[in-house]
Amino acid sequence: MTLALVETAAKIAFVFGLNIGVFAPLLGWVERKQSAVMQDRIGADRADVFGFTIIGLFHTMSDTIKLIFKEDFIPRGADRIMHTAAPALALIPALVAFTVIPFGGHYTLWGHNVNLVVADLDVGALFVFAISSLAAYGVVLAGWSSNNNWSFLGGLRAAAQMFSYEVAMGLTIIGLVMFYQSLSLVTIVEKQNEFWHWGIIWHWPAFILYFTCAIAENKRIPFDVPEAESELVAGYFTEYSGMKFIMFWMAEFVEVVTISALCVVLFFGGHHLPFVTDAELISGLGGALYPNFANLAAMGIGILTFIVKVIILIFIQMTIRWTLPRFRYDQVMALGWKLVLPASLIWIFIVGVGILSGIMPRP
Amino acid sequence: MEILMFNLLGGLSVALALGAIISKRPVNSAINLIGTMFCLAGLFAMQDAHLIAALQVLVYAGAIMALFLFVIMLLNVREKVGAESRRQPYWQLLAVVSAGALFVPLVTLGGGKILKFKEAASGFGTTAAVGRLLYTDYILPFEIASVLLLAALVGAVILTKTKIR
Repeated sequence: MTLALVETAAKIAFVFGLNIGVFAPLLGWVERKQSAVMQDRIGADRADVFGFTIIGLFHTMSDTIKLIFKEDFIPRGADRIMHTAAPALALIPALVAFTVIPFGGHYTLWGHNVNLVVADLDVGALFVFAISSLAAYGVVLAGWSSNNNWSFLGGLRAAAQMFSYEVAMGLTIIGLVMFYQSLSLVTIVEKQNEFWHWGIIWHWPAFILYFTCAIAENKRIPFDVPEAESELVAGYFTEYSGMKFIMFWMAEFVEVVTISALCVVLFFGGHHLPFVTDAELISGLGGALYPNFANLAAMGIGILTFIVKVIILIFIQMTIRWTLPRFRYDQVMALGWKLVLPASLIWIFIVGVGILSGIMPRP
Repeated sequence: MEILMFNLLGGLSVALALGAIISKRPVNSAINLIGTMFCLAGLFAMQDAHLIAALQVLVYAGAIMALFLFVIMLLNVREKVGAESRRQPYWQLLAVVSAGALFVPLVTLGGGKILKFKEAASGFGTTAAVGRLLYTDYILPFEIASVLLLAALVGAVILTKTKIR
């Protein structure tokens, strides 16, 4: 009982620390530095400790300190309770969605079974969509409670866009669920044990569709019409300052991580190394001689593989951000309803035919 | 533990439902209703109906209530709306009586006096079990419901179109 509690607490601490402690501040820095490199600028390099700047990494610290001590401003006529609650409502779903994502496999450590996922739910994939559909509330309430027309328009745009792409996003992975015969993300990862069973092999069209929807759902460039600077100042978070302002950013970054992690789990084999199954890895590390340490080493390799894959996908998302210009609002809507939605429906049909005719052998 | 959780979620959902009715601002009502949906999802999850719980959050708390909120904000409904009817005690009395009338069958049936509920089979409420039931025993109602939804969808599109070619 206590062991299980310690295990769960450790997993929660790992997921929370990875997202809030490592990825959220680091992505802020990556976004600044990468944009600078891609646009042939020097970028953030001013914050230093005794003359060392370590390529601008101290900016993450100075930014955090600055934002904590900034004045927390609530505009006149704003709904105080909603205005305060909205950033938290935006951030919490992004963090909660991570609970069902497996960041490793099953390992036996000193007679204790460790399953590296916070909550192994039977409805895992559905849970992620259910929770991420709640992220819209934070944004909508932020726009509404600020008592500012730009914020309000941004909130409405965000709501319409998020509802539209949510529908298509749910449909894009139905084909995958049919293929792996499970909604549980743990089972889906287990079935990708061999490289040729990875989701990307058969389901690359679903990956492209899902990735598009996920970026649109996260309101990042090229889909960032809710916060279009040239039209709406900063959209729904125009009237926010200090830590509340940065909570929207953190929500966005954590969602970037969650999207990447979900992509890794669904399409890129989760924690599995290509061409090496878990059992082969453990026996290769000397599983017969000293099983506990081999399991521990395999666990470390699994987590590391998972994180490396997540980082690659984050990098792709960041590169997309600095590559494409912003779509017009009607273009965003037309793409969602007229292209992505029918395409994902057609893909479900194709997968169905493929599975029934035996062209796509199910693992 | 289970009784404690049930009382907590049940009490919270009743309190939030009351809040949805009592609060004067439409946005607050909607948010209270979202909370109610969440508590109901929790109650479903306690009954091992994880799929229903996830769908409750996805469909009701996530989609339908978000649309409610969207419409409230789009039309910019503030206080005062509906204040007229609130002043008439006649309507209030009618509402209380009809709600009380609903309570009678709930208490008599739900108390296990008339309806005897079977013990749920193992695997009840999982995605596989619900899906199998939907596609075997309940295929006809399931398909009829989907046709109904399609008809509603087409109807909504036609109603909003000003010009049909």
